[in-house]
Amino acid sequence: MNAHVSSLGDAALSLLPPVARFNLRIAPADLAAAAKAFGVDLPTRIGQGVHQGARSAWCLGPDEWLLHAPEAEQAAIVAAFDAIRPSAAHSLTVISDREVTYGLSGARATELLTTGCPIDLRRIAVGDAKRTVFDSAQVVLLRDGSQDWRLEVWRSFAPHVEALLTTAQHELAAGF
Amino acid sequence: MLLIHCPYCEDTLPELEFAYAGEAHIVRPQDPSALSDEEWRDFLFIRTNVKGVHAERWRHVNGCGRFFNALRDTVSDRFVTTYKAGEARPEPETLEAAE
Repeated sequence: MNAHVSSLGDAALSLLPPVARFNLRIAPADLAAAAKAFGVDLPTRIGQGVHQGARSAWCLGPDEWLLHAPEAEQAAIVAAFDAIRPSAAHSLTVISDREVTYGLSGARATELLTTGCPIDLRRIAVGDAKRTVFDSAQVVLLRDGSQDWRLEVWRSFAPHVEALLTTAQHELAAGF
Repeated sequence: MLLIHCPYCEDTLPELEFAYAGEAHIVRPQDPSALSDEEWRDFLFIRTNVKGVHAERWRHVNGCGRFFNALRDTVSDRFVTTYKAGEARPEPETLEAAE
C-alpha cells in the first residue's frame, strides 16, 4: 500500500505508507497519565496537533485524540496504555488498518481539497487537524504545510474519495 | 447552506458536518414501567412542533462527535444560539444582553 497514485499539474496525490494509528478516549482530567504513556504532551484545544519525534497527537473532540506513531512501535504503545488502565480509565483503539492515508501536495493541493470539503481550509493551522467530510465520506485532514495535507479516510470509502480527487486533479490540470 | 456554531469546537461550520437529533430537554422517565400507555406514548412521540424558536438537539457527527442543543427559529431557519448539552435553555433576556 505504498503505490504512488498520480502527480498531475500542480497537485500530487499519493497513497502514504502505513502508520500505527490509535483513537484515544480519556477524561481530560486524566490526560497527564495518557501523555506519559504515549510520551507526547497531548493537546487540549480541538484541532490542535503536537509533534514530538516520530510521534504525533491531534485533539479531535473534547475527550478524543488521534495518535500516530511508527508502525513498529504499535505493540509497545498498546502495552504502555494497558499499564495505566487501572489508574486512568480510557479506551485505546488501534485503527491502523481501518483507514488509509492520502498525501496531497503541490501548489494547488489546497484547491484540490476544496472540491469535496465544505469548510474554509485556510482556518486550519499548519500542524493541526480537523475531522470533516469529503463528499459525504468522513475524513480527517492533517495539515503538514501550507500546501501539504494528509487525508485519512476509512478504507471502504477510499476508492470513492480517490476517484473524486483524481477527477478533480484532471480538471485542475486541464485549466479549470 | 446553514452555518452552525459548535459550542465544543467553538467554531462555526457548515451544516454538512452536523446531524439533527430531535427536540431538546425531553427528560426520560425514571421508572418507565410505572407509566400508563398514554404517558409513555407522550414521552416517545408527542412533541411541541413549535412555530418560532425551537430548542433542539444537534450532533456534530463529522467533527467533535458531541451532542449539543440549539435554539432555531422554525419559521426563518435562523439559529438563535447553540449551547452545550446539560445547560439550561437560554432565556430571551440573557440572549439580548449577550448581543
